[in-house]
Amino acid sequence: MTRLLGILIIGVGFALRWNALLVVALAGITTGLLAGFTFSEIVRMTGQFFVDNRALTLPVILMVPVVGLLERHGLQERVAHLMRRAKAATAGRVLWFYQFVRGLTSMFGISMGNHASMVRPLVVPMAEAAAAKDGQLNDATSQRIRAHAAASENAGNFFADDIFVAVGALLLIKGFFDSVGMPVELDDIKLWSAPTAVWVIAVGWWRYRVLDARLKKARAEQPAAGEGEASP
Amino acid sequence: MSAWLTLEHFFMVAGAFVCALGLRIAFDAQHPRRWGSAAFWLLLGGCILTGKLVPPELIGYAVLLMTVLAATKQVEPPEFGHGDTAELARRAGELKNKLLWPVLLVPAVAVIGGFSLAKIRVADAPLAITGQASQISLGLGCVLALGLAFLLTRARPVAAVDEGGRLLQLISWTLILPQMLAALGGIFAKAGVGEEVAKIVAALLPVQHPLVAVVAYCGGMALFTIMMGNAFAAFPVLTLGVGIPFIVQMHGGNPALMGAIGMLSGYCGTLLTPMAANFNLVPVRLLELRGDMTVIRAQVPFAAAIWIFNVVVMYLCVYRF
Repeated sequence: MTRLLGILIIGVGFALRWNALLVVALAGITTGLLAGFTFSEIVRMTGQFFVDNRALTLPVILMVPVVGLLERHGLQERVAHLMRRAKAATAGRVLWFYQFVRGLTSMFGISMGNHASMVRPLVVPMAEAAAAKDGQLNDATSQRIRAHAAASENAGNFFADDIFVAVGALLLIKGFFDSVGMPVELDDIKLWSAPTAVWVIAVGWWRYRVLDARLKKARAEQPAAGEGEASP
Repeated sequence: MSAWLTLEHFFMVAGAFVCALGLRIAFDAQHPRRWGSAAFWLLLGGCILTGKLVPPELIGYAVLLMTVLAATKQVEPPEFGHGDTAELARRAGELKNKLLWPVLLVPAVAVIGGFSLAKIRVADAPLAITGQASQISLGLGCVLALGLAFLLTRARPVAAVDEGGRLLQLISWTLILPQMLAALGGIFAKAGVGEEVAKIVAALLPVQHPLVAVVAYCGGMALFTIMMGNAFAAFPVLTLGVGIPFIVQMHGGNPALMGAIGMLSGYCGTLLTPMAANFNLVPVRLLELRGDMTVIRAQVPFAAAIWIFNVVVMYLCVYRF
């Protein structure tokens, strides 16, 4: 039971809003010590796992110079300008479309992007411009759209893994069952991953409709601010 | 025989960039947390660059040092401001749609490369090995896009370090949280935390009932993923501890179906946990949201709707097919 102390530290630390890195380090060291590892063994493991998982941060680090540079040359303003011409676009429809395309490519085991490469430079400016077409975009609205944009990336990314071309999660599932002597067909795993993938598209449609309805309501309640002022 | 492109090549580029950011901060007398921030980014750049060359102990101590720097608030971004909107709109008018080319090049290269990199062979070696093709294509897309962005904007390389560094400093120490959590997950696994959790789940619930077994498995996947931040870590534990003994062996359920939907139930937990930092916390910083839980809050209805659907489908189908 004492081995679960690490999980408790995580829960308490996150709840009290301590620095997350510190909480994670404390939880790791405590768990390791309780399991009988020495401190230097724990440090070695931490270093090893840290290096083994460098690929987690790689896409963000490689993408930010591109995005930062283009933003300084007006990328977001240009995307907003283009979106103002698309009459049928709403923030919700933009996000639903992105989630759909993201999921579709993910079915082939391909990651077309992430929060750094797609959401910040393209999806957020598109959705915000679509929402700002008939009026000002206030800060609360912008925050709400951005949170949903991050969600559209995650929903598109997670639930349509490898259905046509298995490279990640489904191979892991197959490998696991093979390793415990319970062979399963990869095609069966693919088949039974499909219903949820379709359902997630429907859930997205519902969520983004709710978002659009809320934005509309917020606009109706708040009269348009002074004209000619640039939107943030 | 090794592939032409490996992730190691991209770690070189990324590490060099992060080191350059650290140096820029070290020479920036105006920076509010000059030395702490410089040390943090130089350490991180060093870890990325030399990861495979130096002993893991050293990396481990560097990571602990970075943690101390972050916890003592030595890693803070300066005030960047939003820039002059009128000026930005004027610049946007100069390059027009060309501004979008590099950003669109990234998914294009990622998708095309994802399909083809592992299949193209030059001088008897593939361009990339199968397991890495997707990640390498995305990395390749970023590097090519940066080249195109230089061509279009005629910016100097140092501008890319400064502008990319601006975004990295906004993300700040949250950037390494995903790797830290992966390390924690690894330590949890070695310490046998998962087995303990599975035992408790099995002991507390009447898993002899087929429906309870499904709810316990899907719920355990979500819950355990919330605690570990990673469905891949939860999967072997819950599948060994609950799924196989109670759904497959006791009630004759279909393991392929159970595994597929079980993993997807774990992802519902991923949507809900700050432990999945790269999905839920890094975007908070990257999109300049206020409040660490904003992304997670937007995802709660998603997670609930998808999890319930998974339980229903699994219960209706796992004992029949």
